Order: sequence, then structure tokens, then C-alpha cells
Amino acid sequence: MIPASQTVAGAKPGDMVLPEKRPKGLIAPKETFESVTEDIGSIVLTQKSPRAWWFGAAVAFALLMLLLCSISWLLYRGVGIWGINIPVAWGFAIVNFVWWIGIGHAGTFISAILLLVHQQWRTSINRFTEAMTLFAVACAGLFPLLHLGRPFVFFWLLPYPDTMGLWPQFRSPLVWDVFAVSTYFAVSLIFWYAGLIPDLATLRDRAPKRAQKIIYGMMALGWRGSAVHWQNHQSAYLLLAGLAAPLVLSVHSVVSFDFSVAMVPGWHSTIFPPYFVAGAIYSGFAMVLNIVIPIRKIYRLEKFITLRHLNYMAVVMLATGMMVSYGYVMEAFMAWYSGDIFEQSMMANRAFGPYGWIFWALMVLNVILPQALWSKRIRTNPLALFLVALSINIGMWVERFVIVITSLHRDFTPSAWGMYRPTFWDWSTLFGSMGLFATLLFLFIRFLPMISISEVRKLVSEEKEAQI
Amino acid sequence: MNASSPEKLWRSLAELANPLEFRASRHAEFNSGDSEPHKVNRRDFLRLMGASLALAGLPACTRQPIERIVPYVKQPEELVPGNPLFYATSMTWRGFATGLVVESHEGHPTKIEGNPDHPASRGATNVFHQASLLDLYDPDRSQGITGNGEPDTWENFVSVLSDKLDSQGAKKGAGLRILTETITSPTLLNQLQLLLKKYPEATWHQFEPVNRDCVIEGSRMAFGEMVETHYYFDRANIIVSLDADFLYGHPNSIRYARDFSARRRAPQPGAEMNRLYVGESSPSVTGTNADHRLPICAGEIDGLTRALAQRVGVDAVSEHIGLPPDQQEWVGALAVDLLENRGASIVVAGENQPSAVHALVHAINHTLGNAGQTVTYAETAEAQAINQNESLRSLVRALKINAVDILVTLGGNPVFTAPPDFGFAEYLPKVKLSVHLSADVNETSKLCNWHIPLNHYLESWGDARSFDGTASIVQPLILPLYGGKSAHEILDAMILAPGRGDYEIVREFWDMKSNGDELKWRRALHDGLFEGTSASSKKVTLQAINLPPLNQRLAEPALEITFRPDPTIFDGRFANNGWLQELPKPVTKLAWDNAALISPNLAARKQLENGDIVEIGHEGRRLRLPVWITPGQPDRSVALHLGNGRRTVGNVGRRAGFDVNILRNSEAWWFADGVEIRKTGAKYQLVTTQTQHVIDSEDRQIFREGTLTAFQNDPEFVRKNSESPAASNTLFQPQEYHYDGYRWGMSIDLTACIGCNACILACQSENNIPVVGKDQVARGRVMHWIRLDTYFSGSAANPEMKHQPVPCMQCENAPCELVCPVGATLHDKEGLNLQVYNRCVGTRYCSNNCPYKVRRFNFYQYADYETPSLKPMWNPNVTVRSRGVMEKCTYCIQRISMARINSEEQNRKISDGELKTACQQVCPAQAIVFGDIGNPDSKVSKLKRHKLSFSMLGELNTRPRTTYLAKLRNPNPKMSA
Repeated sequence: MIPASQTVAGAKPGDMVLPEKRPKGLIAPKETFESVTEDIGSIVLTQKSPRAWWFGAAVAFALLMLLLCSISWLLYRGVGIWGINIPVAWGFAIVNFVWWIGIGHAGTFISAILLLVHQQWRTSINRFTEAMTLFAVACAGLFPLLHLGRPFVFFWLLPYPDTMGLWPQFRSPLVWDVFAVSTYFAVSLIFWYAGLIPDLATLRDRAPKRAQKIIYGMMALGWRGSAVHWQNHQSAYLLLAGLAAPLVLSVHSVVSFDFSVAMVPGWHSTIFPPYFVAGAIYSGFAMVLNIVIPIRKIYRLEKFITLRHLNYMAVVMLATGMMVSYGYVMEAFMAWYSGDIFEQSMMANRAFGPYGWIFWALMVLNVILPQALWSKRIRTNPLALFLVALSINIGMWVERFVIVITSLHRDFTPSAWGMYRPTFWDWSTLFGSMGLFATLLFLFIRFLPMISISEVRKLVSEEKEAQI
Repeated sequence: MNASSPEKLWRSLAELANPLEFRASRHAEFNSGDSEPHKVNRRDFLRLMGASLALAGLPACTRQPIERIVPYVKQPEELVPGNPLFYATSMTWRGFATGLVVESHEGHPTKIEGNPDHPASRGATNVFHQASLLDLYDPDRSQGITGNGEPDTWENFVSVLSDKLDSQGAKKGAGLRILTETITSPTLLNQLQLLLKKYPEATWHQFEPVNRDCVIEGSRMAFGEMVETHYYFDRANIIVSLDADFLYGHPNSIRYARDFSARRRAPQPGAEMNRLYVGESSPSVTGTNADHRLPICAGEIDGLTRALAQRVGVDAVSEHIGLPPDQQEWVGALAVDLLENRGASIVVAGENQPSAVHALVHAINHTLGNAGQTVTYAETAEAQAINQNESLRSLVRALKINAVDILVTLGGNPVFTAPPDFGFAEYLPKVKLSVHLSADVNETSKLCNWHIPLNHYLESWGDARSFDGTASIVQPLILPLYGGKSAHEILDAMILAPGRGDYEIVREFWDMKSNGDELKWRRALHDGLFEGTSASSKKVTLQAINLPPLNQRLAEPALEITFRPDPTIFDGRFANNGWLQELPKPVTKLAWDNAALISPNLAARKQLENGDIVEIGHEGRRLRLPVWITPGQPDRSVALHLGNGRRTVGNVGRRAGFDVNILRNSEAWWFADGVEIRKTGAKYQLVTTQTQHVIDSEDRQIFREGTLTAFQNDPEFVRKNSESPAASNTLFQPQEYHYDGYRWGMSIDLTACIGCNACILACQSENNIPVVGKDQVARGRVMHWIRLDTYFSGSAANPEMKHQPVPCMQCENAPCELVCPVGATLHDKEGLNLQVYNRCVGTRYCSNNCPYKVRRFNFYQYADYETPSLKPMWNPNVTVRSRGVMEKCTYCIQRISMARINSEEQNRKISDGELKTACQQVCPAQAIVFGDIGNPDSKVSKLKRHKLSFSMLGELNTRPRTTYLAKLRNPNPKMSA
């Protein structure tokens, strides 16, 4: 275990983390402390936002307004505006919830787990992905609330001292969900903010306008960059990383319990927790790529987010994608091997029933297309990688659709089978939540350093050391 | 599983049509004319204001009738708020009375039950009786008298009518016509006779679109007079129905269902069962219960009957009857079975069959020695049994030649229902004074000068006879909500203006009959019937039957159309009843619409899918309506249901269904040959509550069945194939719940269940279950707490059909309880699986985890909080659910509580049978038994020990409290399946 203090920027170079293992090309060789600070800080402080930002933000904001309309209509009319019914009592809301939570996994995985295992290539993307995590979890958190028949009593799921002595029913996975998701959000938020503090101080120091100075100054919490500050900061940061790391595994495991604890064929499966976690990281990385690739182009950040970064993320996607594919195979195998007729007919219905085409779309999007990642040419071609990541993102949404809807629409009692047809409001809420996500992301890009200045500076110094 | 288990299951998924958006039924708020005065002068305005002020105060009052009415079950010294009172009354359906006991809370009738003492009910009702409660509170009911479309008064009406009648005096009433529906009311008959005495030249006509003309003519053909045939299905071993839906559509069907099921209920291995053969032109409730069912065109039944008659030795048939091979075989085996059961069999002909078939069936029953044994004859309960088509025809003839000055139509809707070839609607406006008494403003009201709102039977006095002749009183429970009138009052006004109230009229008649015996009257009110008034049986002699030559079917591809009353909205009179519109029709499970029912073969040949609009052409008249592919429908016959597609109707019935009456005519009243059908390419969205698909495996332990022979050979066959794990086979605490008191449970006998839907509506009425509308049904959001699942097996052309009522299973290991995050669904100390509405947050997880899918969710605010007239209908003991909460069957927990309170007051336990759930109480087949399974001697405990008892999806170890008795059929061993 390396003491935290030794990873502090400006600490003794000899104590740096196994430099010989450190991969090359994580940062352009010409970069200096000054150029890094200027390049990243100026996006927030002085640069005019590019046309693409305005355009993107406008689209995102329009979608956010669509979400507001959808939510208003939902609260006014009730969940009947969606396509849900009996037997498919869960629809897009739960699909979207699981999807967003999955997307929210990459950030913490990149920040915490890669930090703990000293993968320094994370440095230039961690800030970004942490923000993405927060926003994704925020989007995810909306859905379980909105999908309640009576959303105004959502707090009954919390263990609070009720005057009637009522508690949540702790055997229900939905209660576990409340804890898992709220903990994850809280830890992710603190972790992200802790990482931001040195950069906020940098912005405060470089801000040309008084308002910026005051706001960033307040947010920097009096950071002065003293060695003690750095030491405490890094201890806290590592501790938080240690806290966050298991959450990456636990959140989606708990989310998967929503399904695997139930007795519905297609849900009741022991493979779900690892399979969900792998799927979450899979889609999380895909979302990072889908966002990072355009942004590095627009903001000319290729020198910070290099092809090597893209390559690594593609490799992680390939690995988790194979795990997910294994999950698909095991589901089918277990359906056959169990000899359980409900499982078997669930599998047959999944593949050949009325929603069979969606299942096969899932196979193409999530299993077949990502096989292109075996090729390094694809992995280092931003456009190709963007498309593969897009396929995975859609594929992972479709996977949740398959799990939630095709399992429910035909379960035990054939007389009660039904179909689920999404309505306009189902779609508008889905795209609206993307609007919320993108709006938050655009605001983040505009007002906060999207790449960690302090950590990249550390990278520069290490690069320099290595040259010497 | 046994040989006749669901072998090859065959239907492919019927994709529903494009989800066309049909607007929910709310459209125009008012029918023009009924509530908006067009030209208001100052006087009218003041009068209306006064009237509305007076009305405004009324809804707050307890609207108890002022006349003396006698509570039925209990007679508390005074009305105790919160304790319901029960009153005996009766409702007529198809003219005949069924005794009812109506629950009243603080003066509001809230639930209709059958009168256990009444011969036509024996405690049960059918769907129409249940739904009639909603008709009482229907906000679209006619709410005032109109004269030529303008709001008017009773006094004005009476004076206009009197003036006109005065001018009839000289003509002895030659220009006066009365048109009624089928009437069994002794008082009404008396009034009509008085009227006809006053105006000897006046004529009384009767017409109903679902009439019994063929039955009447058939009886005349066989016996030379009209006698009513009574069947004793409980005495028959072999029952043959020739297109007769005696379990559902017959005026006495409730009684017949009970008798029929008596020979099927919970059979013991040694017991015998009756055997039902049904040859029918469209799958009916009766047909689904058949042991041998033959899909046969309505027009071929004549030939089949002749062949059968020939074989059992009726000498009226001399010519040789050539039958197709399948019918030949069927008739052959059937005849042998009948001959082996002389004196213990019944042959019934359907009301849609020509009189010759009825006459032959009478002859068959006589030849088989059934007459006097299983079949008896008696004086009809009808006031005057006449050929109603001919009656209406003569009325139209008189209209045509302007011979009618006054036409008083008491009930009915002949403009909508009369045979189009009569042109009734065309000639009706020629009458100088036409008066129409009806509950709603319908097609006929629009064409009459005067419209008088008809009082509901729960708001007026009257009387009627049941099918067996027993007279019963129609006792009101509430003052008329909208100041309507009854037929008695109109006739009384015609006899001696200004007329009296219906109480005086009915009372006077019965006082006359009983010489003013007050006790007798009170007794009749209390019991709901006049003891000993049933028609005595009548000796009949079979006459030589002169059979008309047998009609030959037209050659292919000519098709046949058959007309039948709609199984839910009947002849259209229930078109504005949301409960009935939303009630899934037996077999097809269609709601809110009718369709042309076609066979799978015909659909394949014409390349038709469900919801394809076809054009049906017959003798130059064309009708467009969607088709519904119905297994068991004869290939060359298309079934059409009457009563749909009403044009002048309230908000509920608007845009529901297609009017098939256009194709009907008086010559081809029930069916017509030589019809062509053409695909139009257009689509229409039909909605069902049960989607159709292949069941992939027979191993799903949902429906258990077998044959009587198999059961006798191996009484354990059901248990052997059930995989319910032992209660101790669990890793968790096997004794998680301890029950010290009652343990409620239910057993449903699938052999006894006839599939009549009554349980669904009884539950809807008892538990304040809302109507959701066609759009919501299409989305799979119907709210019924108990549903009736129908399964098919065998060939698509002639499948076996079976029904399974599915309420909440009240599982011991309830999957729903585990997953609710707020504990809104939980186990109570009597083993009930409770749903706490005000704790429910609406995650719907419980429904996902329910393997039976019996939970229902309020996706919108379905319960109508707004409409004032619907509020008093609600059962005050059951929460009216709000949006966003889950609900489900509670085993009528409010009734359990009531019984518990009563028993605890008397310091005793609830006795077995004292407490009935709504579905149990209404069931004419007595297929549902509820009680304490902790008491080993209770009826339900015994049934749960029955060898046929099984749990639905038992292998899931949910350990349901609701269990089933497997369905047994009793096929003829000599016939191939």
C-alpha cells in the first residue's frame, strides 16, 4: 500500500507509482503546467462557447422542457399516460431507471477503481465521467419516483419515525434500492466535489471577473494548495475512492435484485447481480465514449484525451461486453438446463414471441457489433468507436426492455398475457431525461473544468520526470 | 395428464388491430331536446327555476318511499345508520320476473341479490339483474317529460291524452293502439283489460326483438295451444340442446343453470353425471358446457332434428333426411343415448329455431317418455302469449293506412328493434298522438310526440310473474329519482284521468284478489312472492304434426347469418350500461363492441383477421362491421349480435358496436341463408379482456380436467399430476403465520361453473369496481377483481371450451406481500391477503410478482368522484379507490366483518354458510363455495379434501387459499372425441 502522501503532486519523484508500467501517450509531450491550466481553465473562464455548445445546449434544453411537460402531465393525469398495464406493470420508467443507473457506473469505476489500481490514464477523463455519473444517477433517480402511482408519498419508502410507527417493508428489494441508489449518489457527489476543490481554487485564482472569483472562491472552500491541504485532500480522496469502489458493484447488484428476487420467469435468476454490474460498466463506458469523442473534437482536447484513452476504454468495453454476452448465453442455457417450463417458454417467447425482433436487435447491438472492438484500428478510430459505443448504448437500453417487458408480458398464467405498447409520453420521458442529462452536462462543461487540472499537471510533471 | 387434457393447443397469436385512438365516450353532454329548452319564455323559465330549486334540495334527503314497505331479512326497530336493510322485490327480464333481495344503505339501493325463496332465482341472478342497479343511477336516464321535444308536465300530458281519448269514445277506441313488450304483470293485464273494455275497438300489441314467436307457434303446432314447457334438468341424464342457450338466454335460465349443475357439482367417483349434447350455430354459454358439441348452421338444425326424431321413433317424419357424415354420426350416437334414457332425457329447441323444430322436439320428448318426467307443460305466465312479429306487423299495417290516432308505447324501442321491412320508423310519425314511455330517450322517443320517463323497477310499484307463473311484487326502494312514471300510471290515466299512483293501482288489484287481506299483502312484500301462484301443470295431447317441407341450404359459397341477443347488452336496452358494455362477452371476451363471429376456416378462406371490416350483403341490404374469429363457429354461418350500434343513446353506449338489425327482416327473423361476405380492407379496433394465443405447454398447472370415466378409473388422477410441494418443504419458517380463528378459503368447482359472468358483475357491484372504457380495456387495464378465463383445446373448428373464474388466490406464501416496499399488502390473522389502499404508493411490484395476475391498478382516477347520481350507488362499506393504488379481490372482507360483528354480538362463531362472498351468492350454478377451512366440517373444507381439488400453479408453492375442483366432462364413450 502506498501512503497517500506519496501520490501528492510535487512529492518526491522517485516515489511515483511504478513509472515503468506507466503507459506512454497519455498526454502530448509539449504540455507544460501553464499550458494545461490555460487550456482547461480558459474553457470555463475566458473562452467564448463554441457554436456547437450553443447548439447542443439548445437541443438539450428543449428536451429538458419536454421532460418538464411530460412530468407535469404525468402528475396531473397519473401513470396511465404511459403504456403500462396489467400484466406489464413496469414499463419505460423502470427500463430507463436501470439504463441510467448503468450509465452512472462508468464514472465511479473510472475514478475510484482505476485510481485504486493506479491506472493513470483515467486522469484526463475521470472528472468528466464522474460528472456524467452524477447526472446519470440524477436522471435514474427521477424514474422510480415518477413511476409511483402516488409519487407524493415516495417518502414512505424511507425509514423515518412515522407517527403511526410504520416502517418500510425491508424484505422488498425496492427498499434496498432506495438505500443503494441514494448512497451511491451521495458518495459520488462528495467524491466528485472533493476532486474538484483544487481546480476550483485554480479557477478562483485565475478568474478575470469578480463574480467568478466570488463564486469559485466560495466553492473552493478556502483551498490554498498548502502541503497539508494536499495531504488531507489526497487521504480523503483515496478514502472516498475506497468507499465508492464497492458501491460500483453493490448498486447494480441491488438494482438487479428488483428483478431476481421476484418470481417472474426471466427475472428470477442468480446470475443477475454480476451480469448487471458488467452490463452497467459496459454501457457506462459506451456513454463516456459517446460524449468524450465529440467533445475532444469540439474543444480540441485531443492532447489530453488521446487515442490511447479511447483504446483503453474500448478494451474495457470489449471485456465487459463479453461478460454480458456470457450472461445472455447462460440465461438461455439455464432455461434449458433447469427443465422449468416457465423458464423455457419465457426464453422461447423472448426470442420468437411478439417481441422477438427486439431480442435479436439486442443480440446485434450488444453482442455482434461490439466484436469489431477486437480490431485495434476500430478502437483507435474515433468515428468507428463512437458508432460502436452508440450501438452498445442503444443495445443496453434494449436489453433492459427485454428483461422488464418481455418477461412480464407473458408469465405464468396465459389468460392474463398482454402486450405493452409505449405511448408518446413514454418516449417523451425517455428523451426528456436525455435532455436533463445533456443540459446538466453542457452546464458542467461551461462552468467547471471538465478535465482535472491538478491531476493533469501531475501527469505533466511525471512525464517530465520520465524524460529526465 | 389424462387423454382429454389440453392436447394440442392451437391458436396463433391474434395480433390486435392498429391501436386506433377512439375517443373516450364523453362527447356531447346533452342529447338535444331533453334538457335544454329551446324557446324559453318568462313563464317557462320561472317554472323550470322552481322545478330545479325543488330538485336541488332532494338529493340530500333520504329518498324512502312513503308507502309501507317491509324489510326482508331483519327488522330493526328503526333504521340503524350503517346497517343495511334488505327488501324483496323483483325485476323482469324478457318479461318474466326474477325475485330479488336488494340491499339498501340509508335509503340507497346498493346491491342486488337473488331471492332464495323465489323459484326463478333461488338466490342467484344473472348479469342483467346485477347491472340493473347501474341503470337506476345512470346519469343519462331520461329526466323529464317532453312534449314534441320541449320539456313539459305530466298534467299537460294527461290533459292532451284525455282530449284525444275523448274523441276516441265515439269510435270505441278504433284509433287507439297500445304497444307493450312481453307482459306478465297481473295488474297491468287487468288494466289493459279494463282499457279494452272501455275502448272495445282498441288494440293491444306486443313486440320485443328477442321474442318467443317460434316457441309459441311450435307449441300450437304440437299441442294446438300455447303451453309453456318446463324442464327439470336435475332429473335428466341426457340433455340435448338444439341451438337453445337454456343456461344463459332462456327466461328461466337461472333456475335451469342451478338444476343443470346439480348433476355436475363435486362429483364423487361413484356418482353419475348428466350428459349434454349441444348442436348450435354459434358458441353459447350452454355450448361451452357441452360434452358433445356440434357446430351446425341454424338452418341445418331442422334437418338434424328430423333425423333425430326419425331415429327415436317419431312418426311425423317420413322422408329420408340426408345429413353430412359428421352430423349423421352425431345424431346416431345421440339417438342411442336418448333411447337408453327414456323418461330421463330432455331435448330443448332454441328460440331461434322455426316452429316445426319446436313441434318435433315436443314430439321427441313425448316419444321418449320425457313428458311428465323431465318435461312438464303448464299455462304460460305471459299475460297474453302472441306472435309478436305478427302483432307488430298488424300495427304497422294500421299505421300505414292512417288508422291509428293514438299510439301509446309502453317501454321498448321498436324504432330501433322492429324488422326493417316493416318500416315502423317511417310510419310512426303519421300517428296523431304518439306517446312513448321509456327509461331513456331512445330512437323511438325521438319519433314520438310525448316522451314519458319510465321509472326504474327499484323506484316503482308493480308486479310480475316468473316463468313458472309465480306472482311477485315489484317493491320500490327509493322514490323516483327523476319523477318518472310507470306503465300502470299511464294506463290508469287513460282509464280514469287524472290517474293514481302506482302503489294504489297495484295494491287495489291485489286487495281485490285477496279480499283486502292485509297480512297476505305484507307476507308477499316480505317474501317477495305470492305463495302458491305458480301455474299448475297442464295436460297436453300431442297432435299430428304437419311438417313443412325441409328447407335445403343454398349451395356454397352462400353463407348463413344468425341473429342472437347480445350476451351483455341484450337487445340494446342495456347499451348505456357501462358494467355490461365492459363485461367480456362469453367465449369471445369482446367488450364494448359486437362483431361478426366467423369460423377460423372461413377467416382463412376469406383471408380475414380479427378486426377486419367486412361487408355482409343480404337481399340487397349491406352492413359493414368487423369480424371476430371464433373457434367453434360453424364454417358457413356468421353470427351477429343484436342491440349494438344504438344511435340515440347516452354517453356510454355511443359509438359502441354496429347495428345488425339492418340485415334482419320479419321473414328471416333469426337466421337467413344466401348471404355473401366481402373483405373491405378497412380495420376496426375490437378490444378483448383475454388475448388469444397458443399455450406452449400442457404442463402449466392452471386448468385441470378429465373425463368422468377417467375419474372413475382413477379417482386420484388430479392429485397424481399435481406438484404442490408440502408445506414443510421450505428453508424458511414453515409456520410463519399462526391462525387461531377463522381461516378463510374458497373452492371453485370447474365442472359446475357454466361461465355465465354473473360473478364478475356481482363483484363489480359489491366492491365499487369502476368502469374504465374501451380505450383502457384495449390497454389491458380492465378492473374486474374476478375474471373468467376461457381456454380452448382440440380442433379450432370444434374445440372444447372451458371456463375458470379467477379471483385472488389469497396465497399463504403470497409473492405480492414479499415485494411491497411499504407493507401495503400483507397477511392478516385469518390468512387473508390484505391490500391497504391508503398505504399503497403504487409501485405495482406486487402485480408483477403475482403469478395469477389478479391485481388491478388504478392507472387513472377510474372511480367517478364527480357524477352526483352515481354516488349513492356505492357500497358504503368498501373504499372507493383513488388513482395510483393497487386493488384486488378481498374475499369480500366487508361481508366477513359484518358477519363477525353479528356473530360476536351473539357470542358465537360465524356458522358455515352464514357468510357468502358476492361471487358465491350470485352464482346460479353454486360453483363457488367460501368458508372457514380451519373448520374441518365446513363445506369448503370438505371440498378441499375432494379428490378433484387442485391449486392453480400449485408447484410454485404459493399455497393458494382459493382452490379448484378439476373439470370433468362426461362424453359418450361410443362417440369419438
